[in-house]
Amino acid sequence: MSELEGEKAVRRSGSLKAPFVAVASVAVLAAVTAAGFLAGSSSVSLGDFLAWATGGDVSAAAKSILVNVRLPRVLAALLAGGALAVAGAIIQAVLDNPLASPNIIGINSGAGLFVLVAASVFPQVLWLPPLAAFLGALVTALVIFGISLGANTSRLTVVLAGIAITTVFGAGMNTILIVNPDAYIGSSTFLVGGLAGVLMDDLLWPAVYIAAGLAAALFAAGKLNIMALGDDTAHALGMNVGACRLAMLGLAAVLAGAAVSFAGLLGFAGLIIPHLVRFFVGHDNRMVLPLSAVAGAAFVVVCDLLARVLFAPYEVPVGILMAFLGGPFFIYLILKNRRGSLE
Amino acid sequence: MSSPVIPSECAAPPLVIPSGARSAESKDPARRQPDPAPAIELRDVSFSYGKEPFIEGLSATFPHGAVTSVVGPNGCGKSTMVKLVDGLLRPQAGEVRIDGMPTLSMKAKERARRVAVLAQAARPPAMTVEALVACGRYPYQARQGRLSREDREQVERALELAGIAAFRTHELRRLSGGERQRAFIAMTLAQDTGLIVLDEPTTYLDIRACHETMELVRRLNEEAGKTVVMVIHDLDLALRYSDRLLVMERGRATAAGGVGEVLGTGAIERAFGVAVRPHEAAEGRAYALFPA
Repeated sequence: MSELEGEKAVRRSGSLKAPFVAVASVAVLAAVTAAGFLAGSSSVSLGDFLAWATGGDVSAAAKSILVNVRLPRVLAALLAGGALAVAGAIIQAVLDNPLASPNIIGINSGAGLFVLVAASVFPQVLWLPPLAAFLGALVTALVIFGISLGANTSRLTVVLAGIAITTVFGAGMNTILIVNPDAYIGSSTFLVGGLAGVLMDDLLWPAVYIAAGLAAALFAAGKLNIMALGDDTAHALGMNVGACRLAMLGLAAVLAGAAVSFAGLLGFAGLIIPHLVRFFVGHDNRMVLPLSAVAGAAFVVVCDLLARVLFAPYEVPVGILMAFLGGPFFIYLILKNRRGSLE
Repeated sequence: MSSPVIPSECAAPPLVIPSGARSAESKDPARRQPDPAPAIELRDVSFSYGKEPFIEGLSATFPHGAVTSVVGPNGCGKSTMVKLVDGLLRPQAGEVRIDGMPTLSMKAKERARRVAVLAQAARPPAMTVEALVACGRYPYQARQGRLSREDREQVERALELAGIAAFRTHELRRLSGGERQRAFIAMTLAQDTGLIVLDEPTTYLDIRACHETMELVRRLNEEAGKTVVMVIHDLDLALRYSDRLLVMERGRATAAGGVGEVLGTGAIERAFGVAVRPHEAAEGRAYALFPA
């Protein structure tokens, strides 16, 4: 390729200026978060919302809706979306597999199974589900990582292994719910992923895990760029590749597990969002991870908002809506991978 | 002669190699100061992937200031030797030293500040040339990702030295093979080590890119004072562009020394089953290979 041809052909990565995308993402997040507070089966006026947000006078009814219903729900959507999207970006980078995400490779199911086991055996221990979710996610991540290390393991093999694990863990969850139907209140919503009925108490420990996990992931994002060079090159540059990979998978497990512990088996945010972010800003993980957190949060808030208003006064679990979006997107990725054009 | 000339994988018209470039002994006297320890030293190293020994009792020395090519038939242990030097594999017996220090006694980043190893070509990452070269500063970064002023200066120097500054914003995946290889070599330059090890740097490259890469290697040695060790499967390139050769067969070193010296031993003929015939031309010396 001549220099001139190269000049024309090349300017694609990070096609949009990262600062512009960052500002736009934060603006969108702020807008959809405000919308998440305003819309629902009982509407709240913009004036009431602004008054409440700024500490002004607001009617008791509006305040009750905002504090007891909308706040935990929007907060849950923000936390789950940010956590799952960053977990997805990490998993895709660590496994070098753009088809991977917490729900596709079974991490969400592992977390879900452990949550249900913990809820069945120790129903009174409120801090246990997030911890159990982390352990379940971590165990699954390690199993998948072990499978991916096998010689000639293709991307689709890892995905198929994830589907098998999801099936087995799904059977385990259903068995628990049949034997002990009271193990988890709102279990049907948990299995598809939903945010209805989430309380502030449910979010306390997961929020701590997610905040710590996000901070650590953003701090270590540059390591993912070194890993992208391949194991031998990363080693030659002085990286302890095995330890880094395990640490990053551990972070993904913390994030995905914490999200699953209150949002259930919410899928596809971890698959769709990192791809969307890379489309706009390229593959530098120092940009991809923070922007995935912002975009993932906005995505789940929007999906949850739609889940509330599309069939009002009825409401569908947000996981169902996300599956309608994520399923076709996953098929699109598989077809792209088969053409060899998936990066 | 009736025997057909074996086409070298990267055979090309003979290139003019400055006579001074062909001998380690003819370099700038300032760079000929004897070093207390060789750049790389393998002492009776043995390694096996399974039960059968793959490398057995390998001893070799790579002096400072030279371009040394490691040649040998496929499966003779060349790339395994690079992995042993890089600390990616641990010898089951013996020891590998860099600048006199055992590689396994060094921390990973410390090792990467002494030797820059470029692994065999793999799928290029989705990043720009400049981002790739900046990765070469990883061994110096306490907090990965933040480039200091010195990091930026080293990256700039590496881009200039490798002749790819004009491509800095280009995506690696959209560059030609030769341009891409120069970008990877620039990454090793950004590591700012005196010693560079290249594992098959010309694989998958076309003829022109092969020679451009080799000319870059010579330039790094002569202008930047880098000691270069390269594993290379193309004998013609190895003979033309190296000061010294190490010939390997079945996990052992069978000859080492200056190019003329090693040719004189017949070790290359024995290892590859070919006859090597140098041809002098106005443009320089080329090597033709015939079945032995």
